[in-house]
Amino acid sequence: MSTKNLNADNHVEEHHGAPSGIMRWLLTTNHKDIGSLYLLFSLLMFFIGGAMAMVIRAELFQPGLQIVEPDFFNQMTTVHGLIMVFGAVMPAFVGLANWMVPMMIGAPDMALPRMNNWSFWILPFAFLILLMSLFMEGGGPNFGWTFYAPLSTTYSNDSTALFVFSVHIMGISSIMGAINVIVTIFNLRAPGMTFMKMPLFVWTWLITAFLLIAVMPVLAGAVTMVLTDKYFATSFFNAAGGGDPVMFQHIFWFFGHPEVYIMILPAFGIISQIVPTFSRKKLFGYSSMVYATASIALLSFLVWAHHMFTTGMPLAGELFFMYCTMLISVPTGVKIFNWVATMWRGSLTFEVPMMFSIAFIVLFTIGGFSGLMLAITPADFQYHDTYFVVAHFHYVLVTGAIFSIMAGAYYWLPKWTGNMFDEKLAKTHFWLSLVSVNVLFFPMHFVGLAGMPRRIPDYALQFADFNAVISIGGFAFGLSQLLFVAVVYKCIKGGEKATAQVWEGAEGLEWEVPSPAPYHTFETPPTIK
Amino acid sequence: MNNNEYEKYYVPSQSPWPIVGAIGLFCIAFGAGNYVNDIKNQVTGFGGYLLFAGMAITIFMLVGWFRNVIDESMSGKYSKQLDRSFRQGMSWFIFSEVMFFGAFFGALLYARVFSVPWLGGASNNAMTHEVLWPAFEAIWPLTKTPSGTVTEAMGWNGLPLINTIILLISSITCHFAHVGLEQNKRKQLKWGLGLTVLLGCIFLFLQVEEYTHAYQEMGLMLSSGMYGNTFYLLTGFHGLHVTLGTIMLFIMFLRIVIKDHFTPENSFGFQAASWYWHFVDVVWVCLFIFVYII
Repeated sequence: MSTKNLNADNHVEEHHGAPSGIMRWLLTTNHKDIGSLYLLFSLLMFFIGGAMAMVIRAELFQPGLQIVEPDFFNQMTTVHGLIMVFGAVMPAFVGLANWMVPMMIGAPDMALPRMNNWSFWILPFAFLILLMSLFMEGGGPNFGWTFYAPLSTTYSNDSTALFVFSVHIMGISSIMGAINVIVTIFNLRAPGMTFMKMPLFVWTWLITAFLLIAVMPVLAGAVTMVLTDKYFATSFFNAAGGGDPVMFQHIFWFFGHPEVYIMILPAFGIISQIVPTFSRKKLFGYSSMVYATASIALLSFLVWAHHMFTTGMPLAGELFFMYCTMLISVPTGVKIFNWVATMWRGSLTFEVPMMFSIAFIVLFTIGGFSGLMLAITPADFQYHDTYFVVAHFHYVLVTGAIFSIMAGAYYWLPKWTGNMFDEKLAKTHFWLSLVSVNVLFFPMHFVGLAGMPRRIPDYALQFADFNAVISIGGFAFGLSQLLFVAVVYKCIKGGEKATAQVWEGAEGLEWEVPSPAPYHTFETPPTIK
Repeated sequence: MNNNEYEKYYVPSQSPWPIVGAIGLFCIAFGAGNYVNDIKNQVTGFGGYLLFAGMAITIFMLVGWFRNVIDESMSGKYSKQLDRSFRQGMSWFIFSEVMFFGAFFGALLYARVFSVPWLGGASNNAMTHEVLWPAFEAIWPLTKTPSGTVTEAMGWNGLPLINTIILLISSITCHFAHVGLEQNKRKQLKWGLGLTVLLGCIFLFLQVEEYTHAYQEMGLMLSSGMYGNTFYLLTGFHGLHVTLGTIMLFIMFLRIVIKDHFTPENSFGFQAASWYWHFVDVVWVCLFIFVYII
């Protein structure tokens, strides 16, 4: 891949550099500024949601009720989940997309730059509303991030309305962000950048954006029905009026299952960028990666009821959703094997992004396997709503999505800031995270299989030892993340200057522009041969 | 590949509108959240005022934002490529709207195929029926809910049929206007578009009549169980979309009549509004079939 017209300097008279002051960030239409805003916002949310996880783990450190009231415990599990899903993981991926997609496809910016700003700036307000609801009389949302009816309708407190409207804003933000990404990819590729030449991060984001546009409106529908059930006497989720609380779960998980792929497909894309770089080889099986991603996305619409095996569905439904779910392991397996095959006989080096990527591949696979166990209907009857489920989705979301975001952040930080980060500190961050995250989540499998229910502030005495270990792992993991902030801060402040290519084996348009990338990357598109 | 069409991609410099819009949306959401609680708890609070302030800010934002975009478009800053961005963005937005309606159609079908028959004892639910509401009869339209709320079903002939015909004709007039624009027949464009707006207004008027009739004479209310729920949320959200579509078309009408905007080559704003109108029309046809007839 070679490029021309990369030098943006001769266009300075048209576009000035970045304006200064707070107004730069409030009014910006620049994809790099907006990407940075998304990433910093998600980091802040990661710590707020993390603090709530610390409250949960502190309460669960020993059996009995010590620190918080059960109702507040429920609020913590609810808002922790909402913040991590909608405030930390998704905005982090959108931030990475904002920064990297235009640079990877040779676009001048995102396709709709003003809307891009709007989709970011409504997010902080959405979370402001959600966090404010915690301080209302009667407390914040306490029905779990899945807000199952009738917990969120008949039995919920006054904060429900604020919850509903803040989720609406999050949805609007996601839909606009996704429309922007999809239009940028369809319409702003540089000449010669055909679809099957696009970097995998761009491909996975294209498919993620499609999923977002398809399912976020369904979530909006679900919260709207919760609102009318609670406040306007409808009975969508109330059998007395002809509705059904189980219908809530169908609608929610029709959104919710594609949603979990929304949180993992971009991660696949990031790993598919990083592994070839540090293996100094082309990605093994590029086209199969693309098709596998598309298959996962399509299948994600056909598996929602595997979250509901214990609701008493007809047998045919149980079987259909079980087999469809297990089918997903095929394209996912293709991806895992392709990453391993990419590393096979490569000249590997183990810089920090690669370390996180390898940890991702191993630990995400563990999460995938426990997912397969959960997919088996009769087995799920036992695992349902236990800590085994908590272990499963934290393996795919923390050691999956979050590790990939960390990997991506370390991979592209030198390109963003122009400085290399403190490798020693970053490696400390990696090793501490790796060890503590497994101390945190691995024993959850054991207590889950032994029958410890999730979302309960107290537990039977036989779970005490493991829970103490889990909590220690949790505190260690939480504290380790402060090192990440230190690395990022030091990297922004200064450090060894990065070259344009940064990493020896890195290939692609983003590595051919200087580091830090100029404020406006491609005034005229490069030609890809 | 022709490089020229890529050279002018217009990236606007800073814009105040998004942050104004974010504040507007915040006021709407926070205001509405407090307002519904105020209604439920029967207190007077700041919610309603904040909601209206938010709407005012949002309308202010939309006017300013669109003025900017129209000015940029009319001064020739936009390329064909940017026009494609707008078109694709609008198409994906309409797709997201389809999925939004999908959630409510899904609820309707679920109620009819599963929850109502099950409450009546269908499939393996004989005991459910026996234990919960043994007197309940599973029929659709659900004129008597399990807990005993009684209502009347809205027939399809009469106002709904008239409204269907009105919307179908309006889609044709809208297309007629579009053809007029493409062939540079400005008179046909103006008449077609004006008629479409008029038909949209008549539709909305009749919809209000229908609601009044339902509430005052038939006892069909939002709280009348699953039939009333799906009826009002589906037709209500559709009505909101018709309102929005009518406003969009009316603004296009003003732009054409007063400012003589749009040419066969530069017509995105008009096309977006007309696509939206056709989408709203298709939703109504589905509504007419699934809510009224079947």
